Amino acid sequence: MNFDSELEKGNFIIAECIHCKKIVWPPSEFCNKCFREVSWRKGSHEGKIIEFSRQNDAYFCLVEIENNIRIMGKISKGIPITGQQVKIEKCGVKDKSYNFEISLM
Amino acid sequence: MPKVGIASYGITKFSKDDSKIESVLLQSTKKLFDNSPNLSRNDIDAVIVSTNNNSKYLSAILSEMSGIEPKIAHSVESLCNSGTNAIVSAYSYISAGLADVVLVCGAERYDSPGQILEWDNSRGEFKHPIFWASIFTKSYKREFSVTDEELAIVPVKNHKQSQNNPNALSEKIYSLDDVINSKKLTDDLRLHDCSRPCTGGASILLASENTCKKFTDNPIWITGIGQKTTSAGFTKNITFSSMESTQIAATSAFQMSKRNVTDVDVAEVHDAFSVCEPMALESLGFTDKGKGMDMIRELHTTDNFKINPRGGLIGTGHPIGATGIAQTIEITQQLQSSANKRQVKNAKIGLVHNMSAAATSSTVLVLER
Repeated sequence: MNFDSELEKGNFIIAECIHCKKIVWPPSEFCNKCFREVSWRKGSHEGKIIEFSRQNDAYFCLVEIENNIRIMGKISKGIPITGQQVKIEKCGVKDKSYNFEISLM
Repeated sequence: MPKVGIASYGITKFSKDDSKIESVLLQSTKKLFDNSPNLSRNDIDAVIVSTNNNSKYLSAILSEMSGIEPKIAHSVESLCNSGTNAIVSAYSYISAGLADVVLVCGAERYDSPGQILEWDNSRGEFKHPIFWASIFTKSYKREFSVTDEELAIVPVKNHKQSQNNPNALSEKIYSLDDVINSKKLTDDLRLHDCSRPCTGGASILLASENTCKKFTDNPIWITGIGQKTTSAGFTKNITFSSMESTQIAATSAFQMSKRNVTDVDVAEVHDAFSVCEPMALESLGFTDKGKGMDMIRELHTTDNFKINPRGGLIGTGHPIGATGIAQTIEITQQLQSSANKRQVKNAKIGLVHNMSAAATSSTVLVLER
């Protein structure tokens, strides 16, 4: 499995080291603690807002998933607050950048 | 450890000029030679270039164009703290005995590729620095109950101070209203909160203790060095309202110099955006957490140039690879009492704070006369 090619198909997967029992983020083929090969699994799409701001009419936010992975994404609608539960509505790759659309829960 | 000193420097005016990177490098090197009548090309053992420009082999090119045939020649790139990291490399060559005299030359063009860290995909589509700056600003404002109006003092102060710096990009003073009413980039960031990319070059000559005295009667000694990289990705920062790497680097630099923050008479801190100045002052230990704006307001109202006398990055402009070297030149001038209208009275000990990519990496230098 490959994070980028899965994300291109709209799938959010997580790299995990079974040996160290830790998530490896940013996604990598090797654990950054023991250098063993990671295993891949489907990632949770739910997280919470760490911080946010707004450009023009679009809010963007920093989201933490599974108490570990942090990503920045665009909020599709609604007004966010810090600590709020959210989910990844859509993800993909556009112009070589990861792309996350976040919805408020 | 043998002492390493700053023996000379040369700097260009920061501008929006469409100059070739090689030409910018050469211009500041020429100025350094103009300032150093006793320097011959044969004295230089190493030439280190600091830049984020994509051109290759620049230290060899600069050497050839300057008529230098150094033993050691290479580039250093680490985004916005390339300049001080190149100075630390030069220091290391000298203290290890591999070189006696090192020319460090930083340059950048206004359209530098170093503004965007393409690798950091955890930022999603929000890779431009204005987005991490917005997150920092929002987080800092919330945690310490600071307003946009209060943060606006930073660019007002730094543009004011830069008017006494003939090499600064800024040629205007701004009022608080000018800052607040400048173009809104995000809810938490206005145009005048930002330092601007520009074209500029800065060169510095480092030498061992005895050799330094050949080139200058007023060498400035690098007595403290601290560096820390906590990650590459912005989202890995533990907090977004302070600079962890800066705090660690400052502790190391003070430990090495056997000084502490209360000894510092003048400092250049990395104000890439307004919020970075209070955050840096707090993380360096100049003031308590959340109190940075109190210190900045006091300095501004009393016209005290202690912090960012040349105008910081906001007033002077931010030619990425040259910035750390330009900051070090400013502190050198301050300690040599040659900073003219920007001079901080009786400055004996100075500090340089230079950081990269949302404070994921910091370099702190302590300089003394």
